[in-house]
Amino acid sequence: METSSVISQREPQAAGAGPVVQLDGVTVVYGRNQALKNVSALFVPGAVGLLGPNGAGKSTMLKALLGFIKPDEGRMSVLGMDVAERPLEIRARIGYMPETDGHIPGMNAVSFVAYCGQLAGLPAVDAMQRAHEVLYYVGLGEARYRNLETYSTGMKQRIKLAQALVHDPDLLFLDEPTNGMDPKGRDEMLELIRDLGHNKNVNLILSSHLLPDVEYTCDSVVVMDKGQVAAQGPIAELKGPAGRVFELRVKGDLPAFIDVLRHAGLECHSTDEDLMRVFVPAVDGGSDQKIIFDLAAQHAVQVRHLRPSVPTLEDVFAKAVGEE
Amino acid sequence: MPIHDQSYRRYQGGKASPGQAWLVIARAGIMNMLRRRAFLGVLIFAWIPFVVRAVQFYLSTNIPQLELLAPKAETFREFLDQQQFFVFVVTIYVGAGLIANDRRANALQIYLSKPLLRAEYIAGKAAVLFAFLMLVTWVPAMLLLLLQVLFAGSFAFLNANLFLFPAITVAALVEVLLVTLTMLALSSLSKSSRYVAVLFAGVIFFTKSIFGVVYAISGDSSLSWLSFSDSLDNVVDVIFRLPPGYETPWQVSLIVILGLMALAVSVLERRVRGVEVVT
Repeated sequence: METSSVISQREPQAAGAGPVVQLDGVTVVYGRNQALKNVSALFVPGAVGLLGPNGAGKSTMLKALLGFIKPDEGRMSVLGMDVAERPLEIRARIGYMPETDGHIPGMNAVSFVAYCGQLAGLPAVDAMQRAHEVLYYVGLGEARYRNLETYSTGMKQRIKLAQALVHDPDLLFLDEPTNGMDPKGRDEMLELIRDLGHNKNVNLILSSHLLPDVEYTCDSVVVMDKGQVAAQGPIAELKGPAGRVFELRVKGDLPAFIDVLRHAGLECHSTDEDLMRVFVPAVDGGSDQKIIFDLAAQHAVQVRHLRPSVPTLEDVFAKAVGEE
Repeated sequence: MPIHDQSYRRYQGGKASPGQAWLVIARAGIMNMLRRRAFLGVLIFAWIPFVVRAVQFYLSTNIPQLELLAPKAETFREFLDQQQFFVFVVTIYVGAGLIANDRRANALQIYLSKPLLRAEYIAGKAAVLFAFLMLVTWVPAMLLLLLQVLFAGSFAFLNANLFLFPAITVAALVEVLLVTLTMLALSSLSKSSRYVAVLFAGVIFFTKSIFGVVYAISGDSSLSWLSFSDSLDNVVDVIFRLPPGYETPWQVSLIVILGLMALAVSVLERRVRGVEVVT
């Protein structure tokens, strides 16, 4: 058996390769409700987050890509294959971890995962071997002979990941993978996803409404809101140039000091009577706040309050969906 | 990588081409049932009529005084009729949970995210029930025919009743297909296998009761098409070259059976989906 002798060294789709998933003008309508409105999006190779509040259309998009839902308009391709024309070939190469709990009744974990492997085309012996391997990988090695119906919520999430991985997919769809997990389990799940996306080079699309989950595990993001794409691209790029935002309160001539900061090349917004937000670009060697203190000293302004905050994906999300 | 690292490895073996997943589903379903002792008991119980008939055939061919027990073509029709009780029991035991349990456990989204069509899923589930129903109808009936030849030591009976081979096969197929599709359709309507079992029993007994009441009032059996099981009996009688048991034309009974099958397929087409869309 070759399976056990080859350690994963996959090179799925290099950074320069085409998108793993592409949607072109996709519209999905449920009755009178448009779940997806003329959505066009690109998912690059690697780990991509599909971010948005509940009801934004994330799960609908994944289900449409799986062929569960037929779009009313538009075209979709996965791994270069048209979803409408080659659904079976696509599903043979993807793994899907659904949002809701799902298992085959009456099976233990290893039987279930092996069964899923066989459904995906693996020979019975290989499927059983892979089942043991992926169950150890997701942390269920010791519980693999327990009936699935006795599993906790966290274990059910892990088993869903295991069944999605057993046939060695080229692309993983993970729909809200940390739902219902306790903080420790959530961290472990995020570690697994990060490991898959960054160390095992598995392409994955992580659908979540949790910004920290996406920010920790993904390099790029597609932000959905009300059935439309609100923003998409690399997270670092969307977050803007490197640097820090400071909340600043001063005593002195506030308008004059704002002008000084702006002349010094710092982006500055007054948010309250004496409070402002100042963006200081990253400085080699750190100590970016020293720039503000130096300018304040030069212009006889007292700094009463200075609190740093790093631009987060939350800022990107808020900006994308038009929140203050 | 350290040697103890239980990490993710890439699979480099072969994969079967799509189209064979129904076999995996069928095999898993059959093995799952065979692991249940109670079900094995039901299967053994279902073969008792076969043993009784085999003894009857043996005695009739070896003891001249018991020649009146010798099988006729009708004997095989009667045997299939007797087996209907076991068909009912096996259908409820095996079939009620086939799709209902998957719906309860949200397993359809798991199945249909794999490279298999909805038709393959249904075929795999149907194959489980089909296999066990054939095991209590067609297999014992054909074995009885074989035993008759062996006990008699001649092909005389067989030559005189050659139509029994296709008749047993077609009659068993019609019955098993109708029951399988009906049960699968009912199973796809609910998440509770108990509810499905009650529903199936209701379909059988309620339709039979309706016809029974109509027949008791009017004395006219031409409305036997109202009954699920009587429609089946009418058609099976004709398959065995016997006069139909009811005044209903057999063509009408056949249309009812085909209509039920079409309805079941339509229900399955609507209910077996990877996602349930409520608008």
